[in-house]
Amino acid sequence: MKTLTPAPSPKGRGESTTEYNVNIEGRNRIGLVWTLIFQASTIAGIIALIALLINIVDGAFGYVAYEAKVDPASLAVDGISLEEQSKEQLVVLLKSKLSSGAFNKLDKDKPFTDRSRADVYQVVIERIVKYKVVEVWNLWPSLTQGAEIRVEIAEKYPNAQLKFVSWLTADFITRPQSSEAVSTGVRTAILGSFWTIIFTILFAFPIGVGAAIYLEEYATDNWLNRIIQTNINNLAGVPSIVYGILGLALFVRALEPLTSGQIFGLVDPTTANGRTILAAGLTLGLLVLPIIIINAQEAIRAVPQSLRKASYGIGATKWQTIWSHVIPNAMPGILTGTILAVSRAIGETAPLVVVGASTAISFDPTSPFSKFTTLPIQIYQWTSRPQAEFRSAAAATILVLLIMLLSLNASAILLRNRFSRRY
Amino acid sequence: MTQPIPQNGTSKFVLEARSLGIYYGNFRAVIGVHLPVERNKITAIIGPSGCGKSTLLRAFNRMNELFAGTRIEGEINFEGQNLYDPSVDPVEVRYRIGMVFQKPNPFPKSIYENIAWGARIHGFKGNMDDLVESCLRQSALWDEVKDKLKQSGLALSGGQQQRLCIARALAVQPEVILMDEPASALDPIATLKIEELMQELKKNYTIVIVTHNMQQAARASDYTAMMMINDERAGTVIEFDETNRIFTNPKDKRTEDYVTGRFG
Repeated sequence: MKTLTPAPSPKGRGESTTEYNVNIEGRNRIGLVWTLIFQASTIAGIIALIALLINIVDGAFGYVAYEAKVDPASLAVDGISLEEQSKEQLVVLLKSKLSSGAFNKLDKDKPFTDRSRADVYQVVIERIVKYKVVEVWNLWPSLTQGAEIRVEIAEKYPNAQLKFVSWLTADFITRPQSSEAVSTGVRTAILGSFWTIIFTILFAFPIGVGAAIYLEEYATDNWLNRIIQTNINNLAGVPSIVYGILGLALFVRALEPLTSGQIFGLVDPTTANGRTILAAGLTLGLLVLPIIIINAQEAIRAVPQSLRKASYGIGATKWQTIWSHVIPNAMPGILTGTILAVSRAIGETAPLVVVGASTAISFDPTSPFSKFTTLPIQIYQWTSRPQAEFRSAAAATILVLLIMLLSLNASAILLRNRFSRRY
Repeated sequence: MTQPIPQNGTSKFVLEARSLGIYYGNFRAVIGVHLPVERNKITAIIGPSGCGKSTLLRAFNRMNELFAGTRIEGEINFEGQNLYDPSVDPVEVRYRIGMVFQKPNPFPKSIYENIAWGARIHGFKGNMDDLVESCLRQSALWDEVKDKLKQSGLALSGGQQQRLCIARALAVQPEVILMDEPASALDPIATLKIEELMQELKKNYTIVIVTHNMQQAARASDYTAMMMINDERAGTVIEFDETNRIFTNPKDKRTEDYVTGRFG
C-alpha cells in the first residue's frame, strides 16, 4: 500500500508525532486474523452439517441382497405370473398356502372383500413369498464396489437377488410399520408426530403468548415477578427427560381420566391408560412453553415504545394499545419463536419414551386418545435393532423428519413475511 | 367511580398548573410551577436542556406516570377539575388532551387507518371518510396524500409524518394539543409548515408547545414560559408572559441572557 506523507505535527500536541505508534499495518493484520478465525468457525459448522447429511443419505440408499422364502415364479398359475394375478386369484392363493386360522384372522382384521388388490398383493408378499434381507450396503460402497458386491453375493447366497434401492420411497411413507425391514413404513409415525405436535401447539401457543403479554405489559417490577421471570428462564434449560417424568406423573398417571378420554367417554379400544397422543402433546407443550414465553417476550419488548405512546396519546386504553399495536407488531417475532420451539418439540425423543410412546404399532391414530409412535421414536427404535437393514430404514426416516422440519420452517418464514409485509 | 371532567368550559384558562412538583422516584425534576394556559392560544415552554420542559408538558395529559412512573404534588386544573384527582380517569384525560411527539411516530398502518383508528376506539359513529378528509385538511396534508390513503403512513417524509400525527390527534377531537418539540426532527421548510399549521389550529384548539428553538417560540406562540434549573437542581418556570414581552423586554436577567443567546 502507498504510504502517505506524514502529517505535520499539530500545534499544541507536543514536539512530534513520535509518541504515537500508529502501526496501521499491524492493526489491519490483527483484524485479518480475527476475520479468518470467524470464517474458520463458520466453515467448521458447515462441515459438521454436511457430514451429518452425507451420513444420513449414505444410509438411505444402496444395494440390498434379499432372498425369497418361496420363489414368486413358482406361484404362477396357468402361466400368469404373481404380479399379474387378479385379486380373487391372490385370495385363493392365500387360502391354499396359509393355515385356515391365519387366513381367518386376516379376514377378520379386514374382510378380503373390502381390501384393494394392492393390499392383498402386499399380504401375499409378506406372508407367502417372505422376502428376507440377507445383506445391505450403504450408498458409498454400492457406488464404488459394485462388482465386488456382486461376486460376493453370488458366492455366499446363490439364490439371493441384488437390487439397488432407495429406502425412502412413496411406499415407505404410506406403509404402516412392519416387522420386516423391506416392507416397513413410517405412516403411523408421521401421523403420530403430526397429531402430537397439533396438541403441543394448541396447548403451548396461547398460554405462552398470554404469559408473555402479562409479564411484559402488565406485571410490575416487584420481587415476585422477578422470581417468576428467573424461573421461566431456568425452566427453558431443564433437560427434556425431566419433562418426560413430569408428563408421566401428571398427564399419564394423575390426569389419566382426561388423557385416556375416560371422562369424555371416548376411551380408545386399544388403550386402557393415559399413554396417549394427548398426554404426549401436553408433555411436549410443557417442554416448549418456557421457550415460547421467552421468545414472545423478546418480540413484545422489540415493539417500539413510541408506538405505545402514540396510542396512549390519543386516549386508547391499555388493552386497546396491546391488541391493536403491540400484538400485531410483535406477531412476526412471536411466530418465529414459536416455530423454533415447535421444531424442537418435533425432534424430541426422551420425554416421549418416558411418557410411553409405543414402539411397535401398525395402526393409525384415530383420536387424541390413541396409542402413538412418532418419527424420532421410530428412528430410536430402529437404530437400536441388530439388523443392519433397519438402520437403513432409520436413515430414510431421518430424511422424512428433516423434510418435515424444513417445510415447517419454510411455512414459518412465509407466515412471518406475510405478517411483516402488511406495512 | 370515575367522574367526567366538565365539558366546554368558558373560563379564560383551559389548563392551569398550581404549585406543581414532579418527582422521578426521589429525584425532584420540577418544582413550584404556576402556569396558566389560555384558551385558543399557543403557549410555548422554552429553556435549556434538562430543565424539565418535556416532563412538565407530559404532566398535562398524565403521560409521565405511564412510562416514567412519576409522582406529582400540587395540581393541574383542566376546565376547573384537578386532573390528578383520584376520581379522574387518565384515559379520559388523554382523550381530551392530545399529544404530538418529538419524533414522528405514525402507526405502521395505512394513512387512512392512522386517523380512523383513534376515532373508532372512541366509538365514532359518523362518516369515517369525511372525518379522515377533514382531519387531513386541517393538518394541511390532504392535497399531498389524497391519492394514497391506503399506503403506509411510514412511507411519508418526516414532515408529512408529523402532520399525519397531528391529524391523528385531531381525529379524536381533543380540546388541547400538547406538542413536544414537534419540529426538532424536521428540516426548516417542514418546520415552517408545522408553524403555519399551528396558527390555523389555534382557532379551534388550545396548544401547548415545548421547543428548543427560540425563533420558533418567538414566531409562533402567544405566551411563553421560560424554565430553568434552580439552585436545588429542579426545573421551574422563572418567567411567564406574553411572547413578545419575553423576547423584547424580559424581567428576569436569566431570561434575557437565554433569549439573546448569551447562554443555553
